[in-house]
Amino acid sequence: MTVAGAGARVGFLMLCHTALDRAAQVARHWAERGCPVVIHVDRRVAAAPYAKLMADLADLPDVRFSGRHACEWGTWGIVAASQQAATMMLRDFPDVRHVYLASGSCLPLRPVEELAAYLDERPRTDFIESVTTEDVGWTVGGLSVERFTLRFPFSWRKQRALFDLYVELQRKVRFRRKMPDGVVPHLGSQWWCLTRQTLSAMLEHPERARIDRYFRKVWIPDESYFQTMVRMVSSNVESRSLTLSKFDYQGKPHIFYDDHLQLLRRSDCFVARKIWPQADKIYAAFLSDDRSRQAVAEPNPGKIDRLFAKAVERRTKGRPGLYMQSRFPNANWENGRTAGPYSVFSGFSDVFENFEIWLSKASGTRVHGHLFAPDRVHFAGGEHVYNGALSDSAALRDYNPKSFLTSLIWNTRGERQCFQFGPGDDQTLNWFMAMDLNAQISVISGAWAVPLFHSNQNFSDIRREAARLQKLEQEFLNILRSPHAKARTRIWSLADFVENPMEPLQTIIDEIGPRQGRRLTEAPRMADLTGFGQFLQNLRNQGMQPVLMGDFPVGDDPKPTSTRRGRPYLVK
Amino acid sequence: MAGRFSGNGTAVALGEPAPAVPLYQKLLSDYALRTKRRRLLWRAFRSRHALHRVADRTGTIRKGDVLCFVTLRNEAVRLPHFLDHHRKLGVDHFLIVDNGSTDGSADLLRSAPDVSLWHTSTSYKASRFGLDWVTWLQIRHGHGHWCLTLDADELMLYPHYETRSLQALGAWLDQQGQRSFGAMMLDLYPQGPLSAAVCGPGDDPLSVLQWFDPGNYSVMVQSRMRNLWIQGGPRARMFFAQEPRRAPTLNKVPFVKWDRRFAYVNSTHALLPPPLNEVYDTTGGERTSGVLLHTKFLQIILDKSREEKERRQHFANSALYDRYYDGVMADPVLYCAASRRLTGWRQLEALGLLSRGGWV
Repeated sequence: MTVAGAGARVGFLMLCHTALDRAAQVARHWAERGCPVVIHVDRRVAAAPYAKLMADLADLPDVRFSGRHACEWGTWGIVAASQQAATMMLRDFPDVRHVYLASGSCLPLRPVEELAAYLDERPRTDFIESVTTEDVGWTVGGLSVERFTLRFPFSWRKQRALFDLYVELQRKVRFRRKMPDGVVPHLGSQWWCLTRQTLSAMLEHPERARIDRYFRKVWIPDESYFQTMVRMVSSNVESRSLTLSKFDYQGKPHIFYDDHLQLLRRSDCFVARKIWPQADKIYAAFLSDDRSRQAVAEPNPGKIDRLFAKAVERRTKGRPGLYMQSRFPNANWENGRTAGPYSVFSGFSDVFENFEIWLSKASGTRVHGHLFAPDRVHFAGGEHVYNGALSDSAALRDYNPKSFLTSLIWNTRGERQCFQFGPGDDQTLNWFMAMDLNAQISVISGAWAVPLFHSNQNFSDIRREAARLQKLEQEFLNILRSPHAKARTRIWSLADFVENPMEPLQTIIDEIGPRQGRRLTEAPRMADLTGFGQFLQNLRNQGMQPVLMGDFPVGDDPKPTSTRRGRPYLVK
Repeated sequence: MAGRFSGNGTAVALGEPAPAVPLYQKLLSDYALRTKRRRLLWRAFRSRHALHRVADRTGTIRKGDVLCFVTLRNEAVRLPHFLDHHRKLGVDHFLIVDNGSTDGSADLLRSAPDVSLWHTSTSYKASRFGLDWVTWLQIRHGHGHWCLTLDADELMLYPHYETRSLQALGAWLDQQGQRSFGAMMLDLYPQGPLSAAVCGPGDDPLSVLQWFDPGNYSVMVQSRMRNLWIQGGPRARMFFAQEPRRAPTLNKVPFVKWDRRFAYVNSTHALLPPPLNEVYDTTGGERTSGVLLHTKFLQIILDKSREEKERRQHFANSALYDRYYDGVMADPVLYCAASRRLTGWRQLEALGLLSRGGWV
């Protein structure tokens, strides 16, 4: 403890406008512990509650009330109120060395003695957040340096349209106010703790009248007046606030409720704002003299920062892939169209027998059948109701396919979903999936012809169906090949794929589970394609042009390669 | 970029922004909605004679009080718990219209010090399912208050509701510049058949209705009034799997900082003017939202469905819903293997059914 600290006190200025009973409680707490308090009550508060507040605190000699100003947010009134209250504090309490600006919804988190001891060790330090406009990241709404260079005659609260219009107009005509000499704009939290020397130097500054006149027209002067002035009169500025105050993404202060009690105990700040007036537990805990209850938690301000940073992220970015009553992003604003990666297989279950069972074993994922089949949703294992109570009704699914798919992926977060797809299925979501970074889409084009080849239908029906499916698949492929598509897409023609199936399969499996690094040992059994070339030729002879399956010369049937081991697989 | 991909005819369901409407169309539609709102207010004004004052304690309402508006009929079983639950949340005054109850609901309410009660025996359907009455009470008493408009089988739940009152929620929404708050209905059901969900008068319905559908909800935007349209849950899954369009609407906007010029359009699913329906974020973020626990599926619904099917007071085109009533009366099991047991709002938030948004 230094000599300079002996007998010096810390005085509090309180700016109040609501919940005056809580303000009275806090003022009493400070005054009874030897700290003088000067209270400013917003002029817009009615006479009766003001009189009650005065009466409530009448027994305390160290409590004063200063002249009242109307404190509309963002206007000069708050600065004028602070100035007048500070003048009164310095005049009436000559032994006050540090002056702490607080609000009526502030609450001391640590005992006054700790604050006094802390300030005694730093008798010349001014605690005020004061940052140049270029370095401020937190100004919301795009106004930082323009707060100082434009005029703001309209109320932001009541005349928002005019306010915006006038700002826009001034930008258009490149209007700029001239700053008084020596003023270097600084911004910062409005809650400060300044020394008598600094504060009196500001209040008695020879240029004060001129500077005040300038700041009257600055936007939100309570965040810039003292922060700028302090740089002109003090050489010992510690640029941080002793008040814990958290802001949301709009720059509005977070409110602390009873459930924040433990969190506040972990703060190392001396004062917190703002506290919900009905947070009885918090007020009871921090205004009691029972120190033993307060000392339990180790200070951990990082925890508070993390919690509120997370809140901002949830409010502004949300949870990817979630569509619900609070979050329904416009297209391309989703921050992730779906909640996690999934794989779409087109044609594989036509080329291979029991492909789903094989894939499920090989990749260790959940493999569905054709989720978008016309008859019903073919969930894995033939389930009728799947995770999240999704129904297998095709009508429900087709009523809102996007909700169906995003719900499925959301409901199964952490477990990759694979499903079969084809031109015979509902095609509504083609664009949605193609634009989805989470989608891995693998297509064997023309594979839909295999089941037709094996089917027992009249050839004219087959031909009609083949033409229909080919047209649909062609549209699907066009979408996948669009320069806007974002999905991981692989497309093989049936001929290429049949030639060497193991390598593509290995690539897909590796991508699904990169850590497995296993080599495929067992290949799925391929459908019998003997005579398939002739089948295609027959289609051609009937006037249809099958193009998507690649080259199958008549008579040159592909050898069944499913039993063959794949070529040595190279990891790139 | 999005515009060029929306040619597949499902623009709305896909969440693509609505194609740009010409200005004159927008003005026309705004004007039509304004006319509609004024017509609704006029209807409410006209309906004031249908309401007979039973117990008027509205003189005790003070500035800043949270009010709760309810229309009900024969809800003696749910009422005590309904009132308790919302008193705990911070409702200061209940304004209730009793539509001809015969089970003693009115006696229950008449003596409560924080309830004002009106009686009417006119048609529920003809008064827009009770909305005309409620709108009139809101014009008279709701102006400037945060107002909760509920059915007696709904229990409001919102983030931190155990520690933060509706006043705190209202004050926070005020600060955010939000005048309305969304809460979707969550149908609760028993594990067994509905007939097993026996709940005595005054008991907590949540003791027998513990299960819900966690993730089968269809969401889209209705561009006219800009409200979401959420459907799904056990009723869609069990009774409307073939005609999903008719499945019950679940989105609601029950908590509003009222102005006497506001009017609910269709239950509390949507209200006018349209900006009040924008309770969701369209840029990827999450707004704060709650849930209305729907305690419809108590055992008493079996008889009630029979009565409702006969009275034909609950749907504009009631005949279309006969199958639904038959389905409910058959005493079905709504529970399935994917159902979840309700444990609290944090669970619902983790499942993505509600969100604390920025309210930490």
